[in-house]
Amino acid sequence: MHDKAWLAIGQLDDIPRAGARIVRTPGGCIAVFRTAADAVFALSDQCPHRGGPLSQGIVHGNSVTCPLHNWVISLETGEAQGADEGQVKRFPLKVDAGTIYIDGASLAEQA
Amino acid sequence: MPEQVPKRLVVIGNGMAPGRALERLFEAAPGAYEVTIFNAEPRVNYDRIMLSPVLSGEKTYEDIIIHDDAWYEANGVTLHTSAKVSEIDRQTKTVTSENGITAAYDKLIIATGSHPFVIPVPGHDLPGVNTYRDLDDVDAMMEAARAGGRAVVIGGGLLGLEAAAGLRMQGMDVTVLHLPASLMERQLDPAAGYLLERELTSRGIDVRCKSNTQEILSRTSNGTGPCVGGVKLDDGTEIEAEIVVMAVGIRPSVELAKEAGIETNRGILVDPTMRTSDPDIYAVGECVEAGGQCFGLVAPLYEQAGVLAAQLAGDAEPSFVPQATATKLKVTGVNLYSAGDFADGDGREEIVLRDASQSVYKRLVIEDDTLVGVVMYGDTSDGAWFFDLIKRKTDISDMRETLIFGQNYAGGEPLDPTAAVAALPGDAEICGCNGVCKSRITDTITAKGLTSVDEVRAHTKASASCGTCTGLVEQLMALTLGDAFDPAAVTPMCGCTDLGHSDVRRLIKAKELKTIPAVMQELEWSTSGGCAKCRPALNYYLVADWPDVYADDYQSRFINERVHANIQKDGTYSVVPRMWGGMTSSDELRAIADVVDKFDIPTVKVTGGQRIDMLGIKKEDLPAVWADLGKVGFVSGAAYAKGLRTVKTCVGTDWCRFGTQDSTGLGVRIERFMWGSWTPAKVKMGVSGCPRNCAEATCKDVGVVCVDSGYEIHYAGAAGLEVLKTELLCNVASEDEALAVIVALVQYYRETGHYLERIWKWTKRIGQDAITAQVVDNLETRKALFDRFVFSQKFAQVDPWEARVKGQDAHEFQPMADVARLEAAE
Repeated sequence: MHDKAWLAIGQLDDIPRAGARIVRTPGGCIAVFRTAADAVFALSDQCPHRGGPLSQGIVHGNSVTCPLHNWVISLETGEAQGADEGQVKRFPLKVDAGTIYIDGASLAEQA
Repeated sequence: MPEQVPKRLVVIGNGMAPGRALERLFEAAPGAYEVTIFNAEPRVNYDRIMLSPVLSGEKTYEDIIIHDDAWYEANGVTLHTSAKVSEIDRQTKTVTSENGITAAYDKLIIATGSHPFVIPVPGHDLPGVNTYRDLDDVDAMMEAARAGGRAVVIGGGLLGLEAAAGLRMQGMDVTVLHLPASLMERQLDPAAGYLLERELTSRGIDVRCKSNTQEILSRTSNGTGPCVGGVKLDDGTEIEAEIVVMAVGIRPSVELAKEAGIETNRGILVDPTMRTSDPDIYAVGECVEAGGQCFGLVAPLYEQAGVLAAQLAGDAEPSFVPQATATKLKVTGVNLYSAGDFADGDGREEIVLRDASQSVYKRLVIEDDTLVGVVMYGDTSDGAWFFDLIKRKTDISDMRETLIFGQNYAGGEPLDPTAAVAALPGDAEICGCNGVCKSRITDTITAKGLTSVDEVRAHTKASASCGTCTGLVEQLMALTLGDAFDPAAVTPMCGCTDLGHSDVRRLIKAKELKTIPAVMQELEWSTSGGCAKCRPALNYYLVADWPDVYADDYQSRFINERVHANIQKDGTYSVVPRMWGGMTSSDELRAIADVVDKFDIPTVKVTGGQRIDMLGIKKEDLPAVWADLGKVGFVSGAAYAKGLRTVKTCVGTDWCRFGTQDSTGLGVRIERFMWGSWTPAKVKMGVSGCPRNCAEATCKDVGVVCVDSGYEIHYAGAAGLEVLKTELLCNVASEDEALAVIVALVQYYRETGHYLERIWKWTKRIGQDAITAQVVDNLETRKALFDRFVFSQKFAQVDPWEARVKGQDAHEFQPMADVARLEAAE
């Protein structure tokens, strides 16, 4: 993992199960999701539809439903589900001993 | 071959991991080492996994001894018991124990194990506060159990639950306190955690999740000073206890190694050959950290022991790589199994099988055509087979269709679900509750030309009670009617179930389902955790049906109800404080003006519901805004809620020359009585002081029009996508009676409405006659509905803003991190 600059952003337990928190970055907010089964994903906090804050949506399975107009976004691929089309940028992250790390290099690309 | 002089091997610790390592070593290289063991405990090596059966009385200490005295003697091992090592001197290569024994080593194994974590709450050091780690702990617990009374176990993980079950079998009353929302959350998903909780509850164990211990309370016993008297939770609840067992986790015991200058982190760091930073010193067992992980289950510890033995025997090949592990709970009669990694993740899919009548839940997690995780409850017979598939990374694509049915079906043809029902004889019982057999159902379908499950229910009573045979009845209809049967006649709640809202509500009551996982298991949801459609609906139904015991699941609520404000298109929020009946004052207006200035709120708007909306507030400012508004007595206006919104009024007899009654007073009274209640969809009300109807009461969900003789009660109006004039429910003579009817009406709607169904739609579905009968004509049902509403308000009338000003859900309002700040700090 030499090409990644892991940046600790918090603990897994900082995020409620089936919930999300945001991380502020110079390039905009990133939504960090924790599923009911403790998988963690990071996506840009902007729905491809009208820019709604995905971090505020209901997390179900490996998806989140945008709070503005109910688009369902896959946390795994960032793609809109069903008939809707669009994709949200994903950010690599890892969880080690309960600490969540995000790839600082990918944040730089975003900005 | 010349006989070699045996090397001196010293082992610190006499647990299962070093025991296994020595067994393997003696097999591989007999006579190569002269072994000395230091054991802090006064005993030989025993099977710690079997402590639970000892506690429950199913086994004795003698039954669980692994190595008896003869084994040590036969292998020439010197065992120092009750000899805790206090120092490792790496210069002279010696270890010394507290009681003064020194031994020299060529190779040293550190196997100091772990120690239980004790939550440092006040009172944690009182006599009677136990951990659950070794035989001394078990002895202390059994001693306490002889006196009877209540035991409180803190921690609902593997060890805590085994301790709880054991103490219960010893005759104690047992309460388990668990901080997370479901039991054994590290090993189980919430669905399996629910089934486990139900089983333990049925055994008389009082399980309380989401319980945070604040303090261990003391009492004075006869002449022996203070000892444990109970436990106090952070919500103020106090539970009496004769004994408290802390089982919240373990920590590797690294102090000895650390003092000797050996590299440690959470555990003693070892390479894949189990060597520490000192090449002559190895570590094994729970004290070890390898590949960033620490270990508490026996399988990886035995794996480490095997690697260590091979290394000491001169075989450099084997190395320790952490692998998937399997967990079983050792409580007699509880079948529970989890293995591998069952978190959702990239490219992962799940297969879920639920059989509510047998309390069976199975979930397989699949990634790239291999099985990576399994959770099972009830029927765990295929656990070993699934675990083997996980470890071997077997390609399961060929048997995927039948995989969840286990090994016996592996590779077989997919089953036709109706074949089994078709094969049943005519007198086979389908509905156990009402004693309805197969032929009675099929004959009735044909004779009466029935086409829906509801009709079959009405004519035969099959599936009309508990509803678990609904699936069978549907299959019978499909068999009898062929393509003419459309199971979708009832619109399912969502893609996770075939049941409609009415069925789900009926079954929640009939089967007394009181948590979301309970509903999903007992009603055989096809997903493990539901979706954004069903979860908010189930959460409402449970809040409405079990107001006193259901723990509201905020993660199943839409964002507005989760943060008690309205999300706007740009991600900011709006805030609307309650103005009772549309009345306000100079103090309130001044507070609003100050808040608008202080927080630079861009838009202030008078709403259609006679109150003031502040728009464009940043999420992180919300608690501070509420704090300022709260100082003049404002509470949340619930402008975001599927609940009571506004009661709009006119000035009535207070000022108006046409007013017939005190419409303002009645509106304020209704709002003060009903605020805080959750309803299937939003509820807006109005009270007009005369038929000129300035409060527009006749297009509201519930409206009152005052007349000279009393009050007309209206309902089922709409002024949104649909515009509908209200229906007249009844005329009453007094304010008291008006309130009684309105409350009963709303409660009836709360109990029978479908989630998101406004009152006018509900009225169309239920029928005006049924509503009139329940809330107007029958005074008994009216009273009962009224009483149930009043009961639920005890739990609902808590101002959510005040709670958040005091710190509830603080995580909702703050970002987890700010990267610019993180980078600056580095």
